[in-house]
Amino acid sequence: MIKDTDTDVPVLKPEEEARLHEQHGVPVHVAPTQKRGKNNDRVTDAILTCEDVNVFYGDFRAVTGVDLDFARNQITALIGPSGCGKSTLIRVLNRMNDLIDGARVEGKVTFRGVDMYAKNVDAIEVRRRIGMVFQKPNPFPKSIYDNIAYGPRVIGMKVANMDDLVEEALTGAALWTEVKDKLKQSAFGLSGGQQQRLCIARTIAVKPDVILMDEPCSALDPIATTRIEDLMAELRRNYTIVIVTHNMQQAARVADRTAFFTALADEGTGDRTGVLVEYGTTTQIFESPRDQRTEDYISGRFG
Amino acid sequence: MTTVRETGGPAKAPGRPAPFTFAGKPRYGERVIRVLLALAAAVTIATTIGILLALIVPALGFFREIPVTDFLFGDRWAPRFAKASFGVVPLITATLWTTLIALVIAVPFGLGAAMLLSEYARPGLRKILKPVLEILAGIPTVVYGLFALTFVQGTVFRQWLGLGTGAFSVLAAGVVMGIMIVPTVASVSEDAMSAVPQAMRQGSAALGANRMQTTLRVVFPAALSGIIAAIVLGVSRAVGETMIVAMAAGSQARIVSGPLEQGQTMTGFIANAALGDSRVGSIQYDTLFAVGLLLFLITLLVNFVSIALVRRYRQAY
Repeated sequence: MIKDTDTDVPVLKPEEEARLHEQHGVPVHVAPTQKRGKNNDRVTDAILTCEDVNVFYGDFRAVTGVDLDFARNQITALIGPSGCGKSTLIRVLNRMNDLIDGARVEGKVTFRGVDMYAKNVDAIEVRRRIGMVFQKPNPFPKSIYDNIAYGPRVIGMKVANMDDLVEEALTGAALWTEVKDKLKQSAFGLSGGQQQRLCIARTIAVKPDVILMDEPCSALDPIATTRIEDLMAELRRNYTIVIVTHNMQQAARVADRTAFFTALADEGTGDRTGVLVEYGTTTQIFESPRDQRTEDYISGRFG
Repeated sequence: MTTVRETGGPAKAPGRPAPFTFAGKPRYGERVIRVLLALAAAVTIATTIGILLALIVPALGFFREIPVTDFLFGDRWAPRFAKASFGVVPLITATLWTTLIALVIAVPFGLGAAMLLSEYARPGLRKILKPVLEILAGIPTVVYGLFALTFVQGTVFRQWLGLGTGAFSVLAAGVVMGIMIVPTVASVSEDAMSAVPQAMRQGSAALGANRMQTTLRVVFPAALSGIIAAIVLGVSRAVGETMIVAMAAGSQARIVSGPLEQGQTMTGFIANAALGDSRVGSIQYDTLFAVGLLLFLITLLVNFVSIALVRRYRQAY
C-alpha cells in the first residue's frame, strides 16, 4: 500500500465558488478543507469526489472503501483486471446503479460539493448533468436526428432551434460531415464506430458537465477506436471525462490521471471485492508506480 | 505429390495404401425423422386446405342462388323466414361493434399490464401477476359468456346502472370479450417489450429521461412490431370469438346502431344455426358456409395486414 501522503486537497478557490454561486443562484455547498484519503494527492480542482464508497449488490460487496477525486476538464481513466469494480464504480457516479435491483451505495459521492446520494436528490437530475456512454453502442430505434433530439426533448431543455443543436452535437462528436445528408435515416444503418460517436453526440446534446465512458471502444475496431480517442481529446476542453478501459495503452494515450483497481479476496469468505490500489497522474502510474500490484499489472505480469 | 498416410482402414492389397476418403455411413435415422417432420407439417396444411374446400363448396352452392352483392350489401338478414333475405350487413355490424368494444377494453388494459410487467414491476410482483394473467387466459369462454349475460348485463347494466337495455347487448358481450383478450394482448406485448435490450433503457436513463419517457419513447417504438402483432392477435380472437357473443349479444339479426342494442354476430349466427335443423343441401344450410367463408376471409385479411405491419415496424437491434 502507498503511504499516506497527508495532503490537504485544496477545495474550490473563492473565485470559483463565486462563479458557481452565480451560475446556480444558490449558495453552493463546498466541502470544508479536510484531510483526504491516501490516493488523492494533487487533485486540485475536483468536480466529482468519492469518499469511502462501498457498493453492494444484495449481500455481495462489489467495491470497498474507494476515495477518489476527479479533476475538472481532465480525463481520468479507471483501469484494472475484470471484477475489480471499475465498471461498478463508474455507475455510481451518475446513479445508474439505482436501476439495478438490490444495488446499494454507501459512502459519500459529491458533485460540485453537493452530496449526490442525499435524500432530496433526484437521480434523474444527476444524470442530466453527468452523462454516460456505454460499452456497446446503444442508439435508439429512431432516426439519427431523433437520437440527438431525444435527450433535449425529454428533459424539456429550452432549444431555440433543434436543427442547430443537432448539428452542433454531431459536429462536436466529429460525425456531422458523415451523416449530414441522412439525418432522417435510422441510426441502425450506421457502422459501429459511427453509432458510438452518435451516442457521444447524443450525450453532449444535453450539455452535461461530466461524461462517463464505460469501455467505449471495446466493441470497435482500431480505426474507430482512434477516432473516439481523438474525439475525447477534443471534448476534454469542455467536459470532464471519466473512462473505464481494459486497454492500458488507451489509458496511457488519453488519460491525464489514472486510477488502478484490483480485486481483493476476503480472507474469511473468499468473496472478492474491488479496491482502489493507486491513483495518480498517468505518467506517474505508468512510469513510476508505487505499488507492486500496479507495476505487475501495467507491465503485463498480472491480470 | 504426397502420399496419403493409411489410417487404419480395411487392409487393401499389400504395399498400396488405401486411398483417403471422407465417405461416412448412410444415416437412415435422419431420413426417417425428416419424413416424420414433413408429415406433421403436411397434416396442418392439408387440414387448412380441407377446411377451405369444405367452406367453399357449399358456399358456391349458396352464391349460385343468391348474388354476392345481395349477400355483402343487403341490410336484412332473415334466412329462415318465408320471405327469406340474405343481406349479411346486420351480422357484420354486430361483429364490428363487439370487436371494437373488446379492443377499447383490451388494448389499453393489455398494454398497461404489459408496461407494468416489463418496465415497472419488481421481480416479486411479476412472479404473482404473470400467473394471474395466465389463469385469466385459461378460463373457458362459456364461463365468460355466463358472466357477461348474468353479471355484466343483468346485474351491472340493468340493476346497478339502470340502463334501458334488454336481456342482451353488444356492449356486455364486447366488454367481457375485451377482458378475455387482455391476457393475450398483455402477454404477447410484454414479451416484445422485455426483448428490448436493457442497454436502450440505460441509454435513455443516462440522458435524464424518467421511466415513463423511456417506456413510451424508447421501449414502445422498439417493441412496436410485437405490440402490433399482439393487438392483431386480439382482433382475430375478437372477430372469431363465439360463445360469449352467442350467449350475451343476442340472437336477432338487426343492424346494430348503438352499444346497448342486441345483435347477432357472424359467429353467433353460425353457432345458433348449426344447432338448428337445416336440411343438408338446402339454402339455409349453405348460408352457414357462406358466412363461415366470409369470416375466414376477414381473419385472413387481418393476418395479412398484421404481417405487413409487423414487417414495416420490425427493428433489428
